[in-house]
Amino acid sequence: MTDVQTETPAAPEVAVAPKANPVAWPLGLAGVVLVIVGSFLSWSYDGTILNDLSIDFFPGGLQILAIVIAVLSLVLLLAAKGPLAALGSWLDATLGLRTFGTGLVLYMALVLVAISVESEGLINVNPGGYVTLVGALLIAVSGWLLPLRQLRNMKAAKLPGWVDILAIAVLMGSLLFLAAYALGLEDAWSFILCLVFIATAATGLFRTGAMSWVAQAGQRNRKVLTLASFAVAFLFPFTQDGSDANMSIATSVLVFAATAMGLNIVVGLAGLLDLGYIAFLGSGAYVAATLSQSAFATIGWKPPFLVVVLVGALVAMLLGLVIGSPTLRVSGDYLAIVTLGFGEIFRFAMFNLDGNNGPNLTNGPNGIPGIPDLELFGFNFGAVHHPFGIELGRFSNYYFLLLILTGGVILVFSRLNNSRIGRGWVAIREDEKAAEAMGVNVFGLKLLAFAVGAFLAGLAGTIKAHQDGAVSPDQYIFLESAFLLAAIVLGGMGTIAGVLLGATILKLLPEKLRFFSEYRLLLFGITLVLMMRFRPEGLVASRRRQLEFHEDDEHLAEVVENELVEEAK
Amino acid sequence: MTVTDAPPAAAAVGGTVLEASGVTMRFGGLLAVNNVNLTVREGEIVGLIGPNGAGKTTFFNCLTGLYKPTSGQVRFAGVPRKAPKPPKRKRVKKAPSAAAVDAVTVAVQVPSLPKLSPLPPKPRAVVRAGMARTFQNIRLFANMTALENVMVGRYSRTSAGAITSVLRGPKFRREEAATRARAQELLDFVGLGKSTEHLARNMPYGDQRRLEIARALATDPKLILLDEPTAGMNPQETKQAMDLIFKIRDLGLSVVVIEHDMRFIFTLCDRVLCLVRGETLVEGTPGEVQSDPRVIEAYIGSGEDDDEDDDGPQDVVEEAKP
Repeated sequence: MTDVQTETPAAPEVAVAPKANPVAWPLGLAGVVLVIVGSFLSWSYDGTILNDLSIDFFPGGLQILAIVIAVLSLVLLLAAKGPLAALGSWLDATLGLRTFGTGLVLYMALVLVAISVESEGLINVNPGGYVTLVGALLIAVSGWLLPLRQLRNMKAAKLPGWVDILAIAVLMGSLLFLAAYALGLEDAWSFILCLVFIATAATGLFRTGAMSWVAQAGQRNRKVLTLASFAVAFLFPFTQDGSDANMSIATSVLVFAATAMGLNIVVGLAGLLDLGYIAFLGSGAYVAATLSQSAFATIGWKPPFLVVVLVGALVAMLLGLVIGSPTLRVSGDYLAIVTLGFGEIFRFAMFNLDGNNGPNLTNGPNGIPGIPDLELFGFNFGAVHHPFGIELGRFSNYYFLLLILTGGVILVFSRLNNSRIGRGWVAIREDEKAAEAMGVNVFGLKLLAFAVGAFLAGLAGTIKAHQDGAVSPDQYIFLESAFLLAAIVLGGMGTIAGVLLGATILKLLPEKLRFFSEYRLLLFGITLVLMMRFRPEGLVASRRRQLEFHEDDEHLAEVVENELVEEAK
Repeated sequence: MTVTDAPPAAAAVGGTVLEASGVTMRFGGLLAVNNVNLTVREGEIVGLIGPNGAGKTTFFNCLTGLYKPTSGQVRFAGVPRKAPKPPKRKRVKKAPSAAAVDAVTVAVQVPSLPKLSPLPPKPRAVVRAGMARTFQNIRLFANMTALENVMVGRYSRTSAGAITSVLRGPKFRREEAATRARAQELLDFVGLGKSTEHLARNMPYGDQRRLEIARALATDPKLILLDEPTAGMNPQETKQAMDLIFKIRDLGLSVVVIEHDMRFIFTLCDRVLCLVRGETLVEGTPGEVQSDPRVIEAYIGSGEDDDEDDDGPQDVVEEAKP
């Protein structure tokens, strides 16, 4: 949900603020100038850290980020008072300015810390850094001095249709650019600073209301938004200059996201808690490995990959049905325990099917290495290709395949959600007894969710096996299931964007921030506890889930209802 | 809408729809329902009365398959297992624009009744056979819209499976459109045509009751069981509910109503069954039942049931006498 800024908080402050008004605006302007000037000066004496911020009049990447925020602040200042006042009647310039200012102060403080940590002491900070910090402080102060204003309802804004599309294009373009830039950062400090920048810019834009407007534009042009998202995802490998370092992270993010999306059908739509979901991914991967051309494959039959995909998915689905049919009749807690047990059984089975205790299917703890790269329709996924003269490495090839898979899973998810079956799932979540009394096939629908989820995970597993080149039991531990679930809870159960976001955060951050890997679990734990307390519906909330989590929030129900009525028109 | 207190001429009563014989439900040592017989004919409104704890709702649950009766049999003029698909497209076209709420007629196909056959004690099978119910304490899907609630009711009469839903062929679109149109039609029928997109949990109490009836009607029932449809309603709403039930009966459906409001029951029903402590006390026309001294005695005499409110039976029974 987007922030709902009503006039209520504005009313009391308006009375206090106007006195400081004459100073606030010039102060902000001075801040912007200082930030821009400071960013053109050298920040650091040491040129080897933070991608070189040491040259005067030649801003490095992090300095450009500061300038971007300054320019955004300038726009807001001009909207508050000046030539863009018309814009200011729609956008909440003050709130945005406060966020930008505060964020920029945090950003600059972190820059100074980073410089002094990376090259021994504050002595290495050049004047430019201080100038920018002062500028940031001025912007923040001006933001807090400026009065809040009554805004016009953004929904009343009459803009031509192409503005919507343009907004989506700009948003997606900046997403692509930012993703490429952030992933290109080698050192952890730069990456963290980049995250702070993204957080500041995004929060600021939300606070002004601009982002909510873009979100509404996205709602209005759903197809455009979907296409644009896929276009951005598709273009991403072309920004990587054939480097496999980031692409390997991106592919693992995609495998994770596709699997989380499948689990989202089980957890988010049908409302079943599955704690052993990774086993279905594993069974797909093991099927692909044993039927692959690998020298260590234990089964002689080596069918083409498309057959393997089908077999892997069907085996996973069969396992899902076997686990689901006895347990789905009883209440949810049992299912959680049984699936948890199933996940462990799967791992131990793969561990022990090594010929000593039964048939040798999996080579036990050694797993099956040496799985060759895929070759589909004469296209070798292991080779480097050069479409349009741009080098695309091995991981880029798999990236495209996984992108198609993810798209497929999303398609299945959203279409099931918006159908008779999806309605049945919601009804079961709402009131199982009533659903049954209305003729909904409760058991069948639960089993279906389980089977579809397992099928999709098996599908992803077959590709994962080839992409990893090896399978072994220790890839499919309980922790992985827990992370999948965490991605869903963090992102927002039952949503597409939320789960993709959650999966990206959970997979990307540990890869980029190696130094905090020891504290990874601790931090995720704390994050999840905080989420449960303050925003149980996840970062991106599905409307229905939000209602379910806030049973007695009358105001929310009103807001949602108004939206529904609006949409129906 | 005008309501006269005299019962309108009953619609032509046809063959037997439901025949429950010797239904007994025992929970451990408690005999909740003991050897109750009930026969419902086509187009008939049957009332089920009795003091609190008489086993009325338990009896309903036995009929609808939520409970499996300890003994006894429920036979229903069921739809054969492979029912021919009702021609949905035609039905959609039959409701032109649904302009005036009152003028809407819902085309329910009432084919000649098949033979009575035993009902399996499974809610889903019962719904498929053509029996639908509402609940004493409203059980709507609170976070769904009114339209979605009714669309869920269409579940057993539609067939789009997982693969169809993902592929979205013309059959899926047609079925989805028909489901939506039918749901809208039913909302119009119960007088909620304007609240389509409202969340069930936000609706006023009376509307929630009507929405629950619409949801039950969406399953294309031949017999509808209403569990205290006017509980908590004011007289105005009660009259509207009565009109609605007559309207449902006029579609050719049979209705069984549990109610505590005696005036409501005696005005509405063609036949009344009075349950006391799980057993049938009296069965007969409203006139017979309300003049039966045992009924009055059952209500007053049962000292344990002290939670009767001001529509206590004796004055209501008196008042309701023509």
